[in-house]
Amino acid sequence: MSVSLVIVSHSVRLAEGVAELAGQMAHGKVAIAVAGGTAEGGLGTSVEKILAALRQVDGSDGILVLLDLGSAVMATEMAVEVFAHDSAPEVLISSAPLVEGAVIAAVEASVGNSLQEVADAAASAYTLPKVNTRNR
Amino acid sequence: MPVTTEDVVRWITRVAAVLHENRGYLTQLDSPIGDADHGINLDRGFQAVMDKLPTVANMDIGSILKMVGTTLVSTVGGAAGPLYGTAFLRAGMATSGKNELYEADVVSMLEAALEGIKARGKAQPGEKTMLDALTPAIAAMKEVEQQHGSMAQLLQRGSDAAETGMKATIPLRATKGRASYLGARSIGHQDPGATSSWLILKSLAETCAQKSR
Repeated sequence: MSVSLVIVSHSVRLAEGVAELAGQMAHGKVAIAVAGGTAEGGLGTSVEKILAALRQVDGSDGILVLLDLGSAVMATEMAVEVFAHDSAPEVLISSAPLVEGAVIAAVEASVGNSLQEVADAAASAYTLPKVNTRNR
Repeated sequence: MPVTTEDVVRWITRVAAVLHENRGYLTQLDSPIGDADHGINLDRGFQAVMDKLPTVANMDIGSILKMVGTTLVSTVGGAAGPLYGTAFLRAGMATSGKNELYEADVVSMLEAALEGIKARGKAQPGEKTMLDALTPAIAAMKEVEQQHGSMAQLLQRGSDAAETGMKATIPLRATKGRASYLGARSIGHQDPGATSSWLILKSLAETCAQKSR
């Protein structure tokens, strides 16, 4: 078993796309659940969809939630409060940029690292340069 | 004169109607500084509340407000869902088992709602949010309550203070929510969340003013 990921986005397609990208790096070894868009599939976040995604990966060695913007944080916090039960895995909400954070977290989770290690690695995505500015 | 269970039902019904009427206006306010969904989201949420209202209309005030909170959480797809959802849930907890609210009860109910919004949004007044309407409104109501003013005065002063606070969001720069991505460009626009908060408090004042006439 390993740490699982939940991808929360205002957009159904963005959530699914990030999960697809991160899943490619994890070679099927990491459970990745998605909660994109509102209940009707429009742009927004849904506490119920996030809760359903958390329940989908319940029983893993911890869950790292990666999210996109603003209200995704509040909706996730509400879902985590409802999700909490005695045997629930620990849930951490990552402040990492969604795409880089999810890819790094998937790699770290796939090698069996702990939730805290996966979360720390995802957070390091902030300092990962995309463009090597020195050579420009 | 206390606020009764029937008044709370009429208040929620009025809020649903007022938010429906102002749906376009709220969305228009949200368009330059947000994601242009505030009016549509709140209208959707309160229409869902109206569907469920008959099932709790004979229960205590706390049960009615908790139903409003859980319904908003599950039906409003923007930031307003968790924020107003938490506010109504906390208001419901503060009025649990009650069928009448006196002046001090109304103040403590709204204080609980305000604390809920602050905790959920991790926000403070001055950040161009609903708190900029709610915080002065509740302070004004508390003042009336401490001076033993009437319920009608208390609610009207609260509504007026919320309106003043709402207008005072225009020159503010947003540091919370989607508007914060706009930085200085958020200056000059009235905050939609503060506007809907004023409409909700205004509806409460109007509901109770109608009764005392």
